[in-house]
Parts: sequence; structure tokens; C-alpha cells
Amino acid sequence: MTTADLHVIPRGVSLWQDAWTRLRKNKLAMAGLVFLLLVTLLCLLTPWLVAYGYEQQDLRLGAVPPSADHWLGTDTFGRDQLTRILYGGRMSLAVGFIATAVALLIGVTYGAIAGYAGGRIDNAMMRLVDMLYALPFMIFIILLMVVFGRNLLLLFLAIGAVEWLTMARIVRGQILSLRQQDFVEAAVSLGLGPVAIVWRHLIPNALGPVIVYTTLTIPNVMLLEALLSFLGLGVQAPAASWGLLISSGVETMEEYPWLLIFPGLTLTLSLFALNFLGDGLRDALDPRTAKD
Amino acid sequence: MALLDVTDLKVHFHTRNGVVPAVDGISFRVEAGKTLAIIGESGSGKSIACYSLVGLIPKPPGRIEDGCALFEGQDLLTLSEAQLRKVRGKGISIIFQDPMTSLNPYMTIGEQLIEPLQLHFSMSRRDAWQKGIQTLEEVGIQNAERRMHAYPFEFSGGMRQRVVIAMALVAEPQLIIADEPTTALDVTVQAQILKLLRDLQQRRNIGVIFISHDLSVVADIADNICVMQDGRFVEQGERMAIFQTPQHEYTRKLLAAVPAGAKRPVSHSPEPLITITDLYTQFYGNRGGPAVKAVDGISLQINRHEILGLVGESGSGKSTLGRSILRLLQPCSGSIRFDGRELVHLSAAELKPLRRRMQMIFQDPYSSLNPRMTVYDTLAEPLLLHGVVDRKGLDTAVFELMDAVGLARANVLRYPHEFSGGQRQRIAIGRAIGTKPEFIVADEPVSALDVTIQAQILDLLLDLVARFNLSMLFISHDLAVVRYLADRIVVMKAGKLVESGTTHDMFTSPQQPYTQALLAAIPGRVLRDLDDSPL
Repeated sequence: MTTADLHVIPRGVSLWQDAWTRLRKNKLAMAGLVFLLLVTLLCLLTPWLVAYGYEQQDLRLGAVPPSADHWLGTDTFGRDQLTRILYGGRMSLAVGFIATAVALLIGVTYGAIAGYAGGRIDNAMMRLVDMLYALPFMIFIILLMVVFGRNLLLLFLAIGAVEWLTMARIVRGQILSLRQQDFVEAAVSLGLGPVAIVWRHLIPNALGPVIVYTTLTIPNVMLLEALLSFLGLGVQAPAASWGLLISSGVETMEEYPWLLIFPGLTLTLSLFALNFLGDGLRDALDPRTAKD
Repeated sequence: MALLDVTDLKVHFHTRNGVVPAVDGISFRVEAGKTLAIIGESGSGKSIACYSLVGLIPKPPGRIEDGCALFEGQDLLTLSEAQLRKVRGKGISIIFQDPMTSLNPYMTIGEQLIEPLQLHFSMSRRDAWQKGIQTLEEVGIQNAERRMHAYPFEFSGGMRQRVVIAMALVAEPQLIIADEPTTALDVTVQAQILKLLRDLQQRRNIGVIFISHDLSVVADIADNICVMQDGRFVEQGERMAIFQTPQHEYTRKLLAAVPAGAKRPVSHSPEPLITITDLYTQFYGNRGGPAVKAVDGISLQINRHEILGLVGESGSGKSTLGRSILRLLQPCSGSIRFDGRELVHLSAAELKPLRRRMQMIFQDPYSSLNPRMTVYDTLAEPLLLHGVVDRKGLDTAVFELMDAVGLARANVLRYPHEFSGGQRQRIAIGRAIGTKPEFIVADEPVSALDVTIQAQILDLLLDLVARFNLSMLFISHDLAVVRYLADRIVVMKAGKLVESGTTHDMFTSPQQPYTQALLAAIPGRVLRDLDDSPL
């Protein structure tokens, strides 16, 4: 790209491809991405990888520390801890990503519409958000469970339906200030419609805070799931999730510390990876941070 | 003996990418009662040179490498921070560029004025308050006693700059550094502030360093001029010597860039493209406050192939008029006929095909480009939207646009932040002419640019207007620029049309007192006189 008399442009150059090129240069973010992909893959392939079932008990064995047979030890029922962490990962990752995706989708759309429309529409939409904020979250979930029965997919959606409120507020604030900029007026004067303006011009510029908040939402959602499971509304033993494993590990942490340490370590490492990836994404999506 | 004697000042910035010699060995003297102007484009180091004298540059990365600056017998560059604090305000004070941001919005004018007095002279509050009132009166603020209790937002831009000047004066400094003090102001206000500065300086016999990028502003007030480029003085000398016999090529370039002379009138029979009749555009006040009539019954006509200059001070409604014509704002009543078609009541969908035929160029090239879109995306968007070219011809069309506005093709995949202000404005112009429009509203397209860049962009606009047979509404507060470019001129004040006529008539025989006042306020009389008498 040095010749002055260029005639052809390398195809398919977009913000996202540019961002991917930049992300690949960020070692920490790439390490985070690889780690997350590895964990996800392991969790998906669990049934073919491990020698035990997640519900398979060995009461004679009881809780034993890590050994050659049980790499991460067993719990008080003699269930293999590694197996349970991997099965639990399926649940935690699913709830983390699905609920966050729901929150992202609703929150960004809703916030962008409110912010771009402004005036009375914005006012009405945001008052609705305020009302939903005031609704006690637990009662909302319990109500859903009572009406529709206990259903894991519904649980994901319910959590997402609560988490989008903050996302909508963040996006609305961003869009409100962005739409004052001249390039939005320029887009109007070019003849672009509101959907194209929001999608092509406003949302890409609001992505920074959205990504940061998303990386904060995922762990939040995972912990929410643990709380709900603890109350008997989410995942029930013998099924497992990271949150559930940690909260039961806390009860026996003095006698059998490995029951807390290993699930805790898994969750912590995953969240580290997620944060590195999130920071990397935010930088990658902002052309101004590019160093050349 | 000189008030301030600077020799061989060197300020370097130590950044990650190496050492940047921002100020690279400059020497100058400022006498009491004289004005030294430092002229240069943005990035030339003129502000850094002055701020480093009073310790106001960020250290690190900035570092004063060498030099000596004698002020009242002491070398400013060797003083400790505590000693410098005594110098600032009391010995040397600074007037900043933007009066909107250099006052604390949460403090009354009085509190801000007496602060340096209580600090440097341990004056009693009552005495300081009296002194504050006196100073406000001196800079020409009416009802000073009452205005001491007012907050900055209660003042207009020009009045705020007077307050800023009062703050600089109140501790009776011997030297004032004025950093582009009139750049953010209207022409008439600028003329008042320049006169005020000149009067104060002579009455109090103080030295002034006047930093500016605009030769015509300093032309009337400077005694000596230093021309700065890339951290060095390429030329310095007495004012008239600089103007009459510039030695350095860069000085000549700066002088040539001052828009001078008028466009040669083009003779073609006027054929109206846009006819505006009795147009009103209002903004509704907050919480049921009174509506502001930004455009208050305007009728005018824009002909094909002409550049119509729209002149007025800030708040006159000239931008609102431009945006109303393009229907970026909804007028309340009146008629806008574009090529025979009424625009005022068209829906967004009905407007879309017309948008291709009328475009806009904005003032601030830093906010008018989407920071996340490459030049390619920015230029391609309108082409695809209006089906000017298909995907196959897109690359060629984008490259041709870049050629037309003078952007190197190799830059096609760069983002806006990688360009300078002038280059960004070229991208914005390319976006506007991409759809081959017939009409363009240019809202102060050069007022955010340096003088030399400004001249280039003006010539580019003239060239494009001729090449693509454009009509243009050129909005500006700068009469010299309008004179250079426009065929006809319309003057606006408080939403109403004051006067209109050909550029030549308006400059030679303005009828209305308001137009006469505007013309009288154009800075750089000396330069124009030189211009009219060939050397």
C-alpha cells in the first residue's frame, strides 16, 4: 500500500476485520480467547472425555484429596470433582453467554432507539426501565418459575431480561451524546434512514462501554445463577454448575479445601481470560488506539 | 533594558517515539509598552514557547533543555515551582483563547477576580472587591458593581473575554501573554477586544506577547513580529518590515494565504435554483419559555452556478437558515423551492432522492467524520446509498473522488484521526460532492483551519464549484474569506436579512449601518492597504 496510483482496494475491509487484525496482535487478549475456547471445548466434549458420570457416587470413598484416580479429588458423596467441574462448566458458560446475549440484544436495541428518538419517546421508554428496576428481581423470577414451571432455558431468559436494563441505560447515554456530533447530521443530509444511522454510525461508536459492561455482566450472571440454584430455583443437585460447586465448597472448606479451591480457580481463571479478551476487544474496535 | 529577554530557548518533549524538539532555540525580547506577535500554524510551538516561561507545560514529557529568560533580573527557567507561582499572575499573566472554558462556571466573576489579589498581595476582601470593580470598569463592563456577583454563563462570549482580560490585569502584571485571545470571537467583537488590549497596554505601559495564527489580526496591533515554524523563528523583525519586505519563503507563504482581493464577477444570466420565501424557523424554549425565532422571515434566492456568501455574527441564525434549506431542521412556515419543487412539507422518504442533489459541508472536521469509518467507507456510503455507482465501479469512483479533493490514494484505508484538520475537511468535501449535487451548503468550512490550509481549501472549493457547476451557500463570519469566494453576499442579523447585493457593491458601498460596522471590523487594514498599493 505505498504506490500512489492504486486502483484496487483489498476486499472486505471493515471495522470488524480491522479489529480482528488488531486483536490478533494483542497477546494477552489472544491468550484469554484461546483459554476460553479451550474451556468451552472441554466442557462440550466432557461426556466423551471423563471416566465418571457427574451423578456417579461412591459413598465408601467419601471425600478424598486429589489422587491418580481422581485428579481433582472427590466430594462428600464420592463424586469425581473434575467431572463435576466440567459438567458444571456447561451450565455456567451457557447461562453466562445466553443470558448476556439476551441482555445485549435487548439492551442495545432498546437503548439505541430511546437515545436516537429522544424527546417524549425516550422519556417514556426510560421511565419503563425505571419501573422494571424497581421490580424485585427475586419475585419476578419466582413468579416466572411458578407460572411456566422450572425450565433452564427460561431461567437464562429471565436473567437476561433483568440484566438488559443497565445495558439500555449505558447505550442510551452514549447515543444521546453521539447524536449531537456533526457526522450524524452529515448522514441525515446524505439521505440515510434512521436504522442505517443507528446501525452504521452510532452503535459502532458506542461499543467501547458496551463491551466493558458485557465482560462485567457475564460473571454477574454466573453468580446470579448460583444464587438462584442455592434457593432451589436454578440447577438442582446432582446436576452441577460452578456457582453451585463453589457455594457447597464453602460449607466444607475447613475439612475438604479442594472442594472450594478447584471450582473457584476455574471460575477465576475464566473470568480473568474474559476480562483480558474484553479489554482487547475494546481497544481493537477503536481505530484511535492503533499503534503503528 | 528589555522587560523580558529570552535567549536560545529550547523545549523538547521526550515521548515514547523519540524526542520532539517543540521549541528549538529561539530568542526574543519584549519591551514595556510594546506588543510582540508570535505567528505560526498549530503545532509550530508558539504556545509551548510562552507557557514554558511560566512553567505551564507538562513535565514530563516536556523538558527545558537550554536557554535563559530574564524577567525583572531573574532567570525564569531556573526558578522553583514556588517562585514561579509568585511570578504567575503578579508579574506575568495569561489570557487564554477560549473564554467559554477559561472561567470557572461555578464561581461568580467577583470571586474569581479577587482570588489573585488575596493570594499575591494579601489584600483584605473589601479592598480586593473594590479593585475588582475598578478593573471590570476599565475593561468596559457596564454596572461593574452588580456584575461582580454574576456567573460566567450570564455573559456573552465577548463580555467573557473582557472578564478574562480583567482577571489578567487585576494583579497589575508587567507582561501579558495573550494566546489567540480573539480566535473564538466574532469579527466586530474581535475588533473591540483588540482595541481594548491596545488601549490597556499603552495606558499601563505593559508588555504583551500576542500569539496568533492569523497575520491579519496582528497586523494592526503588533510592534514586532516573529514568524515561527517547526519550533524555530524563521523570521523576526519590525512589523512593517515583515509585511513589506518578507525575507523568508514561509513568511511570504503566510502573507499570500491571507485571503485578499475579490472573486472576479462571473457574468451569466441569473437562473434561480433555490427560492426562499418568508421562511421562519423557531426553537422552542425550555419548559415553556418563549420560542426563539432563529430564522425570522427570510426571503432570498440562490442562482445556479453562483456562490452566495451568508454573513452574520454568531447567533444571527445563519447556520439555522442553512440547515433549514436542507431540511435538517424543520421550518415552521414559509416556502423553499428547489428547482421548482417545494421542500418544506416533503416527508423523509420524498426527500431522499433530493438529498442526492443537495449536500452540506460542516465547520468542524473533527466531529463531522465518523471516527470508526475509513476514508473508503465514508466516501463510498453516499455513492452506494444513492446508486451513483454499482459495487464494481465503487473503487474507481472512490479513488476519483480522492483525486478530485486532493487526497493521496494510498490513504484510502486510513481512519479520520490519522489526518490533519485540512485533510479531514478534504474528506468531508469529497463526501459532499460524491453524489454530484447541484447545491452545497458550506457552514464555516474553513474557520477551524490554519491560514495556509484555509487558503488551500478555499481554492479547492472554488475549483470544484467551477468544475462541477455547483451552486453554494457559503456561511461565514469572516468577511475577507467571503469576499474572496462569493459572487453575492447576504448579511443576516438576529434572524432577519439586513442587506444583500453583489460582493463588489457590498464592499464598496454598503448601505446599512450594520454592514458598515462589520466591514470596519475586518482586521488587517495594514495588509489591505499594502495590497492596494502594488509594491
